Amino acid sequence: MTVFSGNRIKALLLHLALVAAALVTLFPLFWMVSVSLMPSAEANRFPPPLLPESPTLEHYRILFSRLSLATYLLNSTLIAALVTALSLLINSLAGYAFAKLRFRGRDRLFRLLLASMVIPAQVAMLPLFLMLKEMGLVNTYGGVIVPGMASIFGIFLIRQYALSIPDSLLDAARIDGAGEFRIYRTLVLPLCKPILVTLAIFTFLGAWNDFMWPLIILTENDLYTLPVALANLLGEHAQDAELMMAGSVLTVLPVILLFFALQKYYIEGLVLGSVKE
Amino acid sequence: MKNAMLPANPAFWFVAPALVLIAVFFFLPAAASLFLSFTDFDIYALGDLERLRFVALENYLRLLRDPLFWTALKNTLYFVLIGGPLSVAVSLGAALLVNHRLVRFKGLFRSLLFLPVVTTLVAIAVVWRYLYHPRHGFLNYLLGQFGLGPVDWLGDPDWAMPAIILMAIWKNFGFNMIIFIAGLQSIPTRLYEAAVIDGANAWRQFRHVTLPMLAPTFVFVTVITMIGYFQLFAEPYVMTQGGPANSTLSVALLMFQEGFRWWNLGYAAAVAFTLFLIVLAGTLLQLRLRRGAI
Amino acid sequence: MRLTGLLLIPVLLVACSRNGGQTVLEFWAMGREGEVVQSLVPEFERRNPAIRVKVQQIPWSAAHEKLLTAYAGEAMPDVFQLGNTWIPEFVVLQAIVNLDDRLPAVQRRDYFEGILETNHIDRELYGLPWYVDTRLLFYRTDILAEAGFSMPPRTWSEWLEAMAAVKALPGGERYALLLPMNEWQAPTILGFQLGAELLRNDARFGNFQSDAFRRAFHFYLDLFRQGYAPAVSEAQIANLYQAFGSGYFAMYVTGPWNIGEFEHRLPKALRDRWATAPMPAPDENYPGLSLAGGASLAISRHSDHKDQAWKLIEFLSEPEQQVAFYRLTGDLPARRSAWQHPDLASETRAQAFKVQLERVVYTPKIPEWERIAGKIAHYAEKAVRGELTEDRALAALDQDVDHILEKRRWLLRKQAR
Repeated sequence: MTVFSGNRIKALLLHLALVAAALVTLFPLFWMVSVSLMPSAEANRFPPPLLPESPTLEHYRILFSRLSLATYLLNSTLIAALVTALSLLINSLAGYAFAKLRFRGRDRLFRLLLASMVIPAQVAMLPLFLMLKEMGLVNTYGGVIVPGMASIFGIFLIRQYALSIPDSLLDAARIDGAGEFRIYRTLVLPLCKPILVTLAIFTFLGAWNDFMWPLIILTENDLYTLPVALANLLGEHAQDAELMMAGSVLTVLPVILLFFALQKYYIEGLVLGSVKE
Repeated sequence: MKNAMLPANPAFWFVAPALVLIAVFFFLPAAASLFLSFTDFDIYALGDLERLRFVALENYLRLLRDPLFWTALKNTLYFVLIGGPLSVAVSLGAALLVNHRLVRFKGLFRSLLFLPVVTTLVAIAVVWRYLYHPRHGFLNYLLGQFGLGPVDWLGDPDWAMPAIILMAIWKNFGFNMIIFIAGLQSIPTRLYEAAVIDGANAWRQFRHVTLPMLAPTFVFVTVITMIGYFQLFAEPYVMTQGGPANSTLSVALLMFQEGFRWWNLGYAAAVAFTLFLIVLAGTLLQLRLRRGAI
Repeated sequence: MRLTGLLLIPVLLVACSRNGGQTVLEFWAMGREGEVVQSLVPEFERRNPAIRVKVQQIPWSAAHEKLLTAYAGEAMPDVFQLGNTWIPEFVVLQAIVNLDDRLPAVQRRDYFEGILETNHIDRELYGLPWYVDTRLLFYRTDILAEAGFSMPPRTWSEWLEAMAAVKALPGGERYALLLPMNEWQAPTILGFQLGAELLRNDARFGNFQSDAFRRAFHFYLDLFRQGYAPAVSEAQIANLYQAFGSGYFAMYVTGPWNIGEFEHRLPKALRDRWATAPMPAPDENYPGLSLAGGASLAISRHSDHKDQAWKLIEFLSEPEQQVAFYRLTGDLPARRSAWQHPDLASETRAQAFKVQLERVVYTPKIPEWERIAGKIAHYAEKAVRGELTEDRALAALDQDVDHILEKRRWLLRKQAR
């Protein structure tokens, strides 16, 4: 009896703590949306208002009409989608091969790839810029996309998952005379669908949220992605809190929606990616 | 042998595209970076490659004499050594909370706490800039309710880095939380049952069952967090531009400024490479320490 | 192959967005200027129906890297704004074109000499001043009057007397002068006033241990040692305008943008209690020298529309447009004739700048200057904090500057061969 009520109190406290943690975590996001709906300068009052008195969409209108946000939205979508599609193809081919096909030096090569994940991306950036300059890719979508097409993490993720495909299944297909690419297309890809979805979300979010590289490689306004455009906007409109919040909402909203739609895959993939060799 | 020029093994065609891309767009430039760091590539060389010289270790020696580099390194270590463990601790706390056997709606809480991870860093940095506003920011208002502050979060050299750390923890803790939850769930329940039979209380269970069993997860989480935190860039770029008084200048930001603002590519490459060596040393050290501990 | 084709589609889409028949002129401008100049463009397009101007606005904080990256990526705009201390870099890169043949002599004489000179590299003109900038004295008239000074100081000795008197006034912690110690401008201006050459041997070496600069540096440090100026950096003053309003400091050496800021942010009661004045001089030669700053307009070497670009520069340089620009931004016109306009003639606080602009000098016109300026600020701060003695700081400064200029020496040797 006492154990039971003790547990109930404990459960209550736990849930209270969790609700508090969730509120603290969600507050900045809530506040961002709320301020974005306030008329100009309303957020500059003291004490800071929590909710808009008379909600307005004027900042969203300004963003789309005067500040060509639609262009940036389109750029971000296009770049993230292209990177996702291409990297899915390339990484799944390699990941599957590292898991199931035999070739010389396979495991050593794979360990080398894994070890090189310690190298920070910044190390490669300076010469990469010079290289892409020679290739004429500076200030193009290509300059953003090409370096992101293959990723070690993506190969790793697919490989971990593909390991669980039974060899007998593949061998049976080979005995039936199917070529390796056919097996990949008709057997492996369908089996790997969950992890492919996971990798797709990872890649899309990564490309959407990426900042440093697009900042470096894109010089022209018309090509900016949302984060770069937002940082640029901040340089000029720092005092317009409400406008900047609206810009932030538009940048963050698509990825949040995507996450909620596909969170099961996302979180499972994250766990799989963290499982040690 | 049908054709000596083409590899007979189809595996080649599976891995070649990825490996070529990684080699060309990652390994090659990373290696070139080392070469670049031994040259004096600067704005003169950008205009005319005739004006490029090989300077051996000169850039690295200059780095060691450059107070700005030491400031950047100090700030980055501050961020990694204070922010990193704090972030891991918050993640673990959240994981224990969400994963508790008495908690219901685990999935919901997990998702809500995870949400900041998927958001765009730049947008979030913008939001927090306003939360930190000295006069009409929400944080100072809250502090005011408790009779504290106001703190000039991003304007005061002593507070700017803590402010960035606070935001980074908020943004990142969900990621490690998920990994910790997975780690917790993989601990066999019979271990706890055995501990209960031995009369262990909650704390002793945590100390003698949970922590040791989580050790591999800990190694993974700390290494990943550290590598990520060493690359601090977007937060100071958006929120403070490295200021005030260089108190949030990170090594990555210094590399960016030297490289792409002043176009001292040779020097910037030396900065980048030094960053790599530090990350590598840190990773090896951590792996070794953990291996010794287990 | 298909892959590259796919990648090219969006690139082509962008590249093809030219307007049929019209020339599209890419124009990059920074910060507030970039926003405001868009309101001047319609008039230009009305006068030049064949030209369409596409303004891209770049934040100041990212301007330098954007321009250089664009140069490296061969994506420079046709015409752009740049800080006049950046001109040497873009000349080294051969990124901008000579404007000598385009600027008529009559017009040339209308520009403030010291400012126009910053646009000359090896006697060739590479940029046209758009707006100008220099530093001078902002001061609280009421506090100076209370201390017994009805006029702003004209000489260093008057200046010192005024500071001593302000410092002696009763009432709380207060200072006579604000010189943020992380800025290179103040020690540099004082050095120029005493005739210091910052670099020697055709800018091959640092020359900060020269007698003239040494005396200026001593004077500068004394301001802190006497307690006239607080040893703080700008970041440490939570609210500069509040501090000026509350009388925490009575004088401040700063630039024209602060006219607007002060008018905006100071409490109404203080509206008539502050003024601007040219820099005091070390001798009777009032006003003392200050720095030739500002922003210029330049044409990219790779532009296909250089003539149209020049038309735009000419348009923006017309006195009427300069006055309109001043009204919109508070940026001071580069041409003397624009200052005759009633809008400016009636602004006494701006007029102090006109006087000062006739007495400006430029910093060394080499690409390394920004880095050298950073070093001056660094060692000045060290000396103010007492971490280095005067002599040590200047010796270290010269040493660092010599290091920075090493490449330049090598290039000059190479050229001579």
